[in-house]
Amino acid sequence: MDSHQLDILILAALTAVTCALPGVFLVLRRVSLMSDAISHAILLGIVVAFLFTKKLASPWLVIGAAVVGVLTVSLTELIINTRKLKKDAAIGLVFPLLFSIGVILINKYIQGVHLDADCVIFGEIAFAPFDRFVINHIDLGPRSLWTTGAVFLLNLTFILVFYKELKLTTFDKGLAAALGFFPTLLNYLLMTIVSVTAVASFESVGSILVVALMIAPPSAAYLLTNRLSTMILISGILGILSALGGYFLAYVLDASISGSMATFAGILFFLALIFAPEKGILAKILVRRWKKWNFASETLSVHLLQAEYAHAEETERVVSHMSDHMLWNDDYTSEAIAQAIEDGLIRKEGNRLTLTPLGREKAKNILEKK
Amino acid sequence: MLLLNTIAEFFQNYTIQIVFTGSLILGITAGCLGTFAVLRQQSLLGDAIAHATLPGVCLAFLITQTKNPFVLLLGAGISGWIASLFLKLIVENTKLKKDAALGIILSVFFGLGLLLITIVQKLPTATKAGLDKFIFGNAATLLKQDVMMMSAFSIFIFLVLIVFWKEFKILVFDRDYAASQGMPVHFFDVFLTTLIVIAIVIGLQTVGVVLMSAMLVAPAAAARQWTDRLGVMLFLSALFGAISGTFGAITSSMVSNLPTGPTIVIFLSIFVLVSLVFAPNRGLLWDWIRSYRNRKTILTTTMLQNLLLFSEIQTDPFHPHDISALKAIGRGAIDKTMKELSRKGWAQQFEDKRWALTPKGLDKARKLTKEYEETISGFSSA
Repeated sequence: MDSHQLDILILAALTAVTCALPGVFLVLRRVSLMSDAISHAILLGIVVAFLFTKKLASPWLVIGAAVVGVLTVSLTELIINTRKLKKDAAIGLVFPLLFSIGVILINKYIQGVHLDADCVIFGEIAFAPFDRFVINHIDLGPRSLWTTGAVFLLNLTFILVFYKELKLTTFDKGLAAALGFFPTLLNYLLMTIVSVTAVASFESVGSILVVALMIAPPSAAYLLTNRLSTMILISGILGILSALGGYFLAYVLDASISGSMATFAGILFFLALIFAPEKGILAKILVRRWKKWNFASETLSVHLLQAEYAHAEETERVVSHMSDHMLWNDDYTSEAIAQAIEDGLIRKEGNRLTLTPLGREKAKNILEKK
Repeated sequence: MLLLNTIAEFFQNYTIQIVFTGSLILGITAGCLGTFAVLRQQSLLGDAIAHATLPGVCLAFLITQTKNPFVLLLGAGISGWIASLFLKLIVENTKLKKDAALGIILSVFFGLGLLLITIVQKLPTATKAGLDKFIFGNAATLLKQDVMMMSAFSIFIFLVLIVFWKEFKILVFDRDYAASQGMPVHFFDVFLTTLIVIAIVIGLQTVGVVLMSAMLVAPAAAARQWTDRLGVMLFLSALFGAISGTFGAITSSMVSNLPTGPTIVIFLSIFVLVSLVFAPNRGLLWDWIRSYRNRKTILTTTMLQNLLLFSEIQTDPFHPHDISALKAIGRGAIDKTMKELSRKGWAQQFEDKRWALTPKGLDKARKLTKEYEETISGFSSA
């Protein structure tokens, strides 16, 4: 691996973590799609700032992006507050307009610069190592590594400083407002952070893949834990894994790095969706099955216990009688009996069923609980 | 006459004909289905599905190695449809909310599409497959066969809408009731989403995946402001979609360096803005006028009642009073309101700046007070 590849890899991982940090709060606050809206709309801010400064490296581009990011949020909320349209429609109207104006300005007024709609959508991290940050002829590494690093520190500081406030406003907005925590102000701060993150990242990964890095790792983390701090940590780790996995996927397939990173983030999310303990789909299916058969075997033991009480064991203990009595079909009955034997609740002797001491104990407990 | 001739000549241009017809079909179809998406609060579903069509387009090309639009769009449709099923899977099985599910589907599918596009572009068989036009769309590259296919798709959509009009209507307005009446609502959910996927596929070549959602949302959002009836809304939405679609597409194909999708979005946004402000009854302008009138009525009646209170201090009810004690109401508001009162002939100002009720004003004030007291007692007895 040469130094350029290492640069790319570090930049990819750093971008992923930087995006995951605010992403956690977007997912928890149910405003994930604001990342989509903001990452598109900030193009307008970048283009306008560029038209004034004529420099791609100017900090005004970041400021322009942040301003338009906040503008997107306020315009959307303005429309929602008129109560003429619902939230989803308001989001779906504001960002396409701002993005379209940006694209049209690029097409009409900017040519021959590496700022076109394609670069905005795709991003090209592969070129990042060639744009060096040089001061007094000393090469300090790729420029985007410095900008992304700065934004990473900004995001980390923001979350550390406002951790308590973010936590409270995210989980109980009403209480936060009542305690004087300014949830609206904090929301705008968060959206500014999202805008700055998007503008720093989209150069390398493109505007739509910023969404992937902001939403997919935190969503996967949400399925793996219920603690906010753990969720932030897991999101960061999953982000780095997406970056590394994506890079190697791109290397093997000789394909777009940012596209591969998003795909890998998607694969990780999908794995969490299926296999997450407790909240994964597989775990849910297993729990449902376990509950079903557990219920069946317990029902059987209770039936046998009642038969013992009623001294009706001779007729009620017969295997062939069970289906009629329980209104089960025969397959279900034999499955339930097998389950109860496996659980050690009953024994099968010939065509008779007998409670084991454990089964009797359990059945008594169930009946007494009533 | 000259104008008519120009228009006639304009439409004799073959490319213009194709672009006009294509964007007309797109505008009408997207407008109709957008109505359902907006009313069901699924505006951003279109955005996610549109982005999710990209890998399908690329895979279809990779597998068949043809640029036949039917094959590519079929791939797009299948991929968009699978995405919508994934969405349902995530939302129904986890505590993740719709917004996160949409964000994941949108960005991951698009990322996969990007990965595949770079693979396609490196194939020796395709120097430039032209798949990237699906991202921003380009109406000028539409061919006759594309337009034929778009018409076929949209005719299918219209037939379905006519046949299942009643079902879709009840699904939009009272899904629970529909379910309680034994309607297979899950089937119709998927069915309606499938139609939206088809509408998106129709628009891919013209406006592209990135802005296709606006094509669905904007006409319907504008139409919603003008009416409370589904049928009328559908018609208006189709009309707005058609006008913005054709204007945008033709403008972009006549002006150089003007991409189609963004141009259409500008036209759509104008419709939305005008509708939000000027639509009769629902428009913001009427809201402002109503609240201005209300404010004026409240201020005049308050002022009149205050003057009545003052007048009861003196034996002569028309004795002038200094009203500076009322400045809590707001100085600007007082001046304007007093002017209004004197215009109506309910109060008059004396040379020493003091005000008094006129006989007419006294009557009015007493009547208002009586009405007010009756209303209050009505409330307390009820």
